[in-house]
Amino acid sequence: MKIAVASGKGGTGKSMMAANLAFTLAWTGQVTLVDCDVEEPNLHLFFPAPASTREVTMPVPVIDETKCQHCGLCGEFCQYGALTVLQSRVLFFPELCHSCGGCMLVCPNGAIHEEPKRIGTLSTSAPQPGLKLISGTLETGSPHAVPVIRAAKKQAAHDQLVIIDTAPGTSCPVVEALDGCDACILVTESTPFGLHDLQLAVDVAARLGIPTGIVINRSDGKDEETLRFCIDHDLEILMTIPFSREIAAIQNRGDLLCRAQPEWQKDFCALFFKYRALTGVER
Amino acid sequence: MIRLAVISGKGGTGKTMITAALAHLLPGSIVFADCDVDAANLELVLGPTLIRTEPFMGMKTAVIDPALCSRYEECREHCRFDAIECLADTCRVDPLRCEGCAVCTVICPASAVTMQPRQTGEIKYSETSRGHLVHARLVPGAGNSGLLVHAVKKTAMEQDQDSDLFLIDGPPGTGCPLISTISGTDIVLIVTEPSVSGLHDLKRVVAVCRQFRPRILVAINRFDLELSLSDKIQNWCDEEKIPVIGKIPFDPAVIESVRLGVPVTESGATPAAQAIQTLAAILKQELTNLGNRR
Repeated sequence: MKIAVASGKGGTGKSMMAANLAFTLAWTGQVTLVDCDVEEPNLHLFFPAPASTREVTMPVPVIDETKCQHCGLCGEFCQYGALTVLQSRVLFFPELCHSCGGCMLVCPNGAIHEEPKRIGTLSTSAPQPGLKLISGTLETGSPHAVPVIRAAKKQAAHDQLVIIDTAPGTSCPVVEALDGCDACILVTESTPFGLHDLQLAVDVAARLGIPTGIVINRSDGKDEETLRFCIDHDLEILMTIPFSREIAAIQNRGDLLCRAQPEWQKDFCALFFKYRALTGVER
Repeated sequence: MIRLAVISGKGGTGKTMITAALAHLLPGSIVFADCDVDAANLELVLGPTLIRTEPFMGMKTAVIDPALCSRYEECREHCRFDAIECLADTCRVDPLRCEGCAVCTVICPASAVTMQPRQTGEIKYSETSRGHLVHARLVPGAGNSGLLVHAVKKTAMEQDQDSDLFLIDGPPGTGCPLISTISGTDIVLIVTEPSVSGLHDLKRVVAVCRQFRPRILVAINRFDLELSLSDKIQNWCDEEKIPVIGKIPFDPAVIESVRLGVPVTESGATPAAQAIQTLAAILKQELTNLGNRR
């Protein structure tokens, strides 16, 4: 079973949800937690442990100047403007390359081959019995988040119970992270910003055909608008967490709600059962 | 025109709330851009009146003509984005996965694939009481958010080139929309929060900003929720010689003002509003200094 935690709006508490759910479920069996917010991964901060790290690379073209006739076909073909062919040399802009391999295909002189370029890292650790944490981290300055997300998910492909923490937003990194998940937990807050972005996130999950449940975080009791939206769209509220300075402080210092206040574990167990009912999938 | 982007690394630290307050407090003529195109919220506090919209065409997308497709499956084998599915009668492209590389068009033995323009969003040009706002809506799930950010910025700079200030509400993260947002800016204001995640993400986004040339400033929002971490952020910024120009306390008036759809600085002298006024005064001096140097 693959559980995605997403949000639309940033900072609503995705990582908090994913981390506490994994922490709780790991007491009952093997859980893999995957940090797919590769631009700003944070889960490792809540689970400090020694990690093994490997590189994520993508193939990028290398031009053999001895074979290149500077015909310009590769530059014309590249849809991303990553190759500019001058009279006597070819300029390559790796940050624009999507690694499609097209330049290699169209080169009539066999002058292009590919070599791996580092775009990020994957760290794997075992911070507590039953829990494996895989964190994808995008190289700073690299725009290629999607291949790093894909690599992080692949590393967990054969695991039984996988919890995926996604990036905020509604664009390609979120789609990549949600792809193949059984259902999605959307974490929101009861403000106009939270509700606006929740609507977008619900739309993305619907387009991908993924069932969705809602968690309202930092509730100050004024949740009417969010509740109305959920009723209108037939979305189940899986859990409501109140705002409290104490809970905020626990997370701010890098601790987990369920570790600091173990009574919360039963709420996260209950959340899991509601989630499972959403998907119709047995563990 | 001075170009100022409000960004954060970590999401939900208060970028939009601060941008809206700065709209209210900074002097001179301003043009705004909401570059958080995935989840654009600035319009919810600036109360814009729409002047016009234009479609945003992202990268072209591959389309397979079922009448020509002979199911050679070469396209599926060569697609590195797993965007092509071959069914019993024809192959089909998933537009959410297609990155527009066009490899399938050259590899298809039946020449059944063409690249076709596809609308992936719209750009909106609006009027607010403080100046024009360029904002956008990305079709949920669509790619090319970096390109859309670029288009939003370009529209703002072309339409309102005589403005004194170009004020950008940026996206979270460090990836392609963020890079597109900060490129060409003079100042970035990074809004962070006193949490281990906030500090971690601040360090990463500063590293990305340093690959460009803007002056980097920091504000700590809700600084009083964890004073030890606020001190840690302050110390790190001191070591890195990054000025911390504001510390804003946690204040329920912020959520109330968002619910009312107004900048927090317009709803009275609350603790958060006062702290943002101090921040805006320092920022105003920064803008003056930068203007004088030109």
